[in-house]
Amino acid sequence: MKVEKRKKTIKTIRIDVDKCIGCMACEVICSAFHATPKYSSNNPARSRIRVIRDPIADIFVPVYAGEYAVAECAGRDKYTIDGKEYDECAFCRASCPSRDLFKEPDSGLPLKCDMCESDPPQEKPLCVQWCLNEALIYEVREEEAEEDGKIEDLETGLESLANKYGLNKIMDIVTRMSVSKKG
Amino acid sequence: MRYAETGFNLEIDLTRRSIERVATDPVDTELYLGGLGTSAKILWDRVPPEVEPFSPENLLIFSTGLLCGTPAPGCNRTIVSTISPQTRLMAFSMMGGFWAPELKHAGYDKVILRGRSPGLVYLWINNDKVEIRDAAHLKGKGAIETEELIRRELNEPKAQVAAIGLAGENRVYFASIEQGRSSASRGGIGAVMGDKGVKAIAVRGKGDINMARPEEFMELCNGVLKYIKLREDNPIPGVMPILAGLGSPQEMKVHDEKWHTENFMWGNSRTRRKDFWNEEIEKNWRATLENARIRLISCYNCPMKCAATLSVPGFPTYMMKCFSKLTYTMAAYSDLDFGLKIAQMATDYGVDAFSTPQVMAFALELLEAGILTGKDFPDIPADSEGRFFWLLDRIVRREGIGDVLANGTYWAARQIGNGAEEFAHNNIKKHEQLPLKLSMLNPIYFLMYATGEKINITQIEGQFPQAPFLTMEEREEFVKDWVQVPDEKFKQYLLDWEPRGEKSMPFYPTVEMCCDIVDWQERMHYIDDALGMCSGLSSFPLKPPYHIHNYPKFISSGAGIEMDEARLTQAAKRYRTLVRAINISRGMRRADEKPPENHWKKRFPELEKELLDTYYKFKGWNDDGIPTKESLHELGLDYVSEEFLRRGILSDSDNGSAEGTSVTRQETKVEDPHHEG
Repeated sequence: MKVEKRKKTIKTIRIDVDKCIGCMACEVICSAFHATPKYSSNNPARSRIRVIRDPIADIFVPVYAGEYAVAECAGRDKYTIDGKEYDECAFCRASCPSRDLFKEPDSGLPLKCDMCESDPPQEKPLCVQWCLNEALIYEVREEEAEEDGKIEDLETGLESLANKYGLNKIMDIVTRMSVSKKG
Repeated sequence: MRYAETGFNLEIDLTRRSIERVATDPVDTELYLGGLGTSAKILWDRVPPEVEPFSPENLLIFSTGLLCGTPAPGCNRTIVSTISPQTRLMAFSMMGGFWAPELKHAGYDKVILRGRSPGLVYLWINNDKVEIRDAAHLKGKGAIETEELIRRELNEPKAQVAAIGLAGENRVYFASIEQGRSSASRGGIGAVMGDKGVKAIAVRGKGDINMARPEEFMELCNGVLKYIKLREDNPIPGVMPILAGLGSPQEMKVHDEKWHTENFMWGNSRTRRKDFWNEEIEKNWRATLENARIRLISCYNCPMKCAATLSVPGFPTYMMKCFSKLTYTMAAYSDLDFGLKIAQMATDYGVDAFSTPQVMAFALELLEAGILTGKDFPDIPADSEGRFFWLLDRIVRREGIGDVLANGTYWAARQIGNGAEEFAHNNIKKHEQLPLKLSMLNPIYFLMYATGEKINITQIEGQFPQAPFLTMEEREEFVKDWVQVPDEKFKQYLLDWEPRGEKSMPFYPTVEMCCDIVDWQERMHYIDDALGMCSGLSSFPLKPPYHIHNYPKFISSGAGIEMDEARLTQAAKRYRTLVRAINISRGMRRADEKPPENHWKKRFPELEKELLDTYYKFKGWNDDGIPTKESLHELGLDYVSEEFLRRGILSDSDNGSAEGTSVTRQETKVEDPHHEG
């Protein structure tokens, strides 16, 4: 099979913790933008970006909501960077049982950053627009992806699984997974 | 549904340990807006002039502003109001930071404290759950330390805590309330908190704040951010750097202190050192600040960086902003290194950085003059720095002479006697002022110093340039995009204002123009204080992003209250007059409305009289500074004039003549110092 290199667009926010002044404007505007109707209320507790903020320890880390985690992770390490001690959680994007970040305050449902996807599209995510100190920089870049090659790998992998468990079992699991994703 | 505000106050009786959530009347919001406005109404209604500052009947109100916690950039002020132990008038000191928005999200517009707790407590406001908790273990702890201890104890790193230090616990008349990078320092409100037995108030809130017309409100917010950026990129030319930008004076950023050190006074507001600044000092002070400064930081939802975290070897990390940088340095004739060190201790003890250094310099002057003696200062070190540390410690503990000094220069001088009064020379209405002594009377500043109800020049000045531009080109350039003026006439005032000659100070701007200018400057501060807006983005700097033309739109689209410039002006005038009414009922009169005698070398008594006469009339006050029945009626404050009549402050036949009111003055003036210890 021919391996084709394809381009994909990656949208990211570069976070410069040295430039963060801890104002939490990102939290304010994020929660306002995602309110229904739009901007009708604001509440940092609903924000999909939170600033881990401890001024006396000089810790200012804006962190974005990522995937939902069912359980908290086992070992939570401490990082010392330039003499400052950070919890691993300070860099973790998970909406997780160990903390009250990235959950709707009333329902407890997890929140996730969507880069302010909207119609018409925003030029930049709102948190970036409101960060006048440029601690948050929006970046769009193209990356080469070897997706066809990956599919080839997948086929090899599946074949070996089918040999081990039988093809029917694999198909059952795939069906169940696709139903639960839809549901 | 209530917009921008929550519609609920938290009423806490510390004597009975009762906590109530009380719905407020939306009509009061329309009339008095919120923040300072509605707090003044509560004080008028519930704290009659007979109530002593240190009485369980006195209220201590922590208030958010009407727009606090909304996305309006920089709208984060906590307005604390009570009756001041030092001035015995209404105090309404404020702080930025993060506390007010948190309280709104917790579901309250104000926390109203009454009564007195028998033991030291702290309050924990966690959304719907409010507790009065024992604080015996926090007794004597520093304010900053207390904040950290409470957050840890509650396991709530996001809780916002306002706390007092030792000074507040010991009811020092210039004790502050500290909150991270901010403090409400003026008027001794920390002493009232200590008297109530409240060490701290911790808040955590997770509720929504609603906007009435969201799209419109956001467009206004985005306009403000855009304008802030524009002003950041284009400092105003032709004025001192400190006046060229937005925010509070950027003291944590600048290294060139020539202007402050050579124009403000050293010691007990005594000595001007005109040739102080030189390259070597600049080099040393720059190194001191750069070594100490960890990061420039902001308040809630504000892009400005007015404060900094500082760490000086041997002292815990703390936060500072503005002119506290130099007040201790200059009072002690010392250097910046000393200033940053003692300010750390002073912040943790919780004292005002304007009054405290002057009180200490005053004490040392009395020692030098032989009015106080070595016996009053047992074992005091010989060096100036050591003496200041020694004094600070005695004052916040109220030990020995510190117990007298803890009442501020006015009351201390009266207690010490023997000519000490002459040394308490820099007060207005018993309150220490900026250490500034100038040559010739400035009529605009004369009116602001005399009549400013907050008794603090920085809280009434702003908007209008402090001095005329030298050339017509500069003036034309300045007025070209001066959208903030409430009326085009202000541009003409500035265009015609000359540094010398016929149209120069003190006779130009004319008396009438001075009234207009002061009224405008004051109005903007009062609007900020009701909305919770930082004056650094509004009333204080030149050409701010918030002004009389966009404020009504913010209020109507944010809070859903129909508002235009005339109604907003009227509302501000209403609660501004109510603040004056509270002070008038407590005995304040024309005789109290004067800058320090030596503030200017060259005075113009006739002009000053004319200024005050005209301004009082302009404001609707009689010759003694008392709001007249007619003007009170116009503002819907008939309840005030009824009370004034009942108390004999106004009489039915009162026509506003000076003779008529001077009798009243003698009858109602409260002069006796009240020391409770």
